[in-house]
Amino acid sequence: MSGIPPFELFYDSHKGEVLGFLRGRAGRDRADDLFQETFLRALRAYGRLEHGEHLRAWVLTIASNAIVDAARRERPTAELTTDPASEDDRPAVEELAPLTDGLPPKERAAVVLRYGYDLDYDAIGAALGSNEQAARQAASAGVRRLRKEKKQR
Amino acid sequence: MTGVPTLLDERFRTAAAASGELDVAYDVLEDTPVGPLLVGVSERGLCRVHFDPEPEAELDLLARVFGPRVLRAPKALDRVRRELDEYFAGRRHAFDLELDLRATPEFHRRVLTELNRVEYGHTTTYGTLAAQVGAPRAARAVGTVMNRNPLPIVLPCHRVVGANGSLTGYGGGLDRKEWLLRLEGALL
Repeated sequence: MSGIPPFELFYDSHKGEVLGFLRGRAGRDRADDLFQETFLRALRAYGRLEHGEHLRAWVLTIASNAIVDAARRERPTAELTTDPASEDDRPAVEELAPLTDGLPPKERAAVVLRYGYDLDYDAIGAALGSNEQAARQAASAGVRRLRKEKKQR
Repeated sequence: MTGVPTLLDERFRTAAAASGELDVAYDVLEDTPVGPLLVGVSERGLCRVHFDPEPEAELDLLARVFGPRVLRAPKALDRVRRELDEYFAGRRHAFDLELDLRATPEFHRRVLTELNRVEYGHTTTYGTLAAQVGAPRAARAVGTVMNRNPLPIVLPCHRVVGANGSLTGYGGGLDRKEWLLRLEGALL
């Protein structure tokens, strides 16, 4: 069939790693809230997944974005330094990661989820805590930015 | 690998149950008088009661039938747990739960609806049920419906016996059928 495991099995196999990832990035205090936020986002998007591949990378991407969103909520004007691709436990599909490093986090996540994981925009929107249209815009803005950068190189 | 503290794990499961995003919330009631029971609810109501659950196989089945968002979320089963506890203690004679039979074929649903009218402490026969759904020669088919009952105990297939009064069979094993009928005072 679809190859998408029951959410219980997905959650059970990734919860430890996600919590470790969040603690490493956001600190122990924030990690608890982000843990719940990450898996609720994953749950919302889960019914719209079309395949069960790369679920680990997928959920770590969602976790990265939950961190970015929380930071933005706390300090809306601060320079965002969270770069999901800059550390060893990076969540993104490896080949896309170096290409998309320079993008703003939202655009980068949308591009990676769309072209790296082959998710549709509906699922990407849910994973990013926004909607289909916002996901589509973020991905196309990301792609435009990449094209521009390529020309300037 | 980071261990996830129990409190954090439970908090997520409770939030997930409250989010309305689950296809099925389930729990395993480990120590009922008839052994471990897996119970599951969807947005529409109780959708699964299963004896001796083998979680992996059962989760795959639930995911196939109802959708992949299947999570153990005990909070969502509070009412089911309470009603079953009361039933096992002899204090409840009828269940007051919404039932989700959408995955059950039409003929099965008709038979199960008829079955649901058989009262606590009473028994009926396969043949009688068959006649009541307008298929008097389908006693054997009714047996199959009982055997595949997705909600045993709540939909009381244990109250269906052979024409000669023998217990005949039970999806959860004859011992359990006998225990349930004794509980209800239908067997001495």
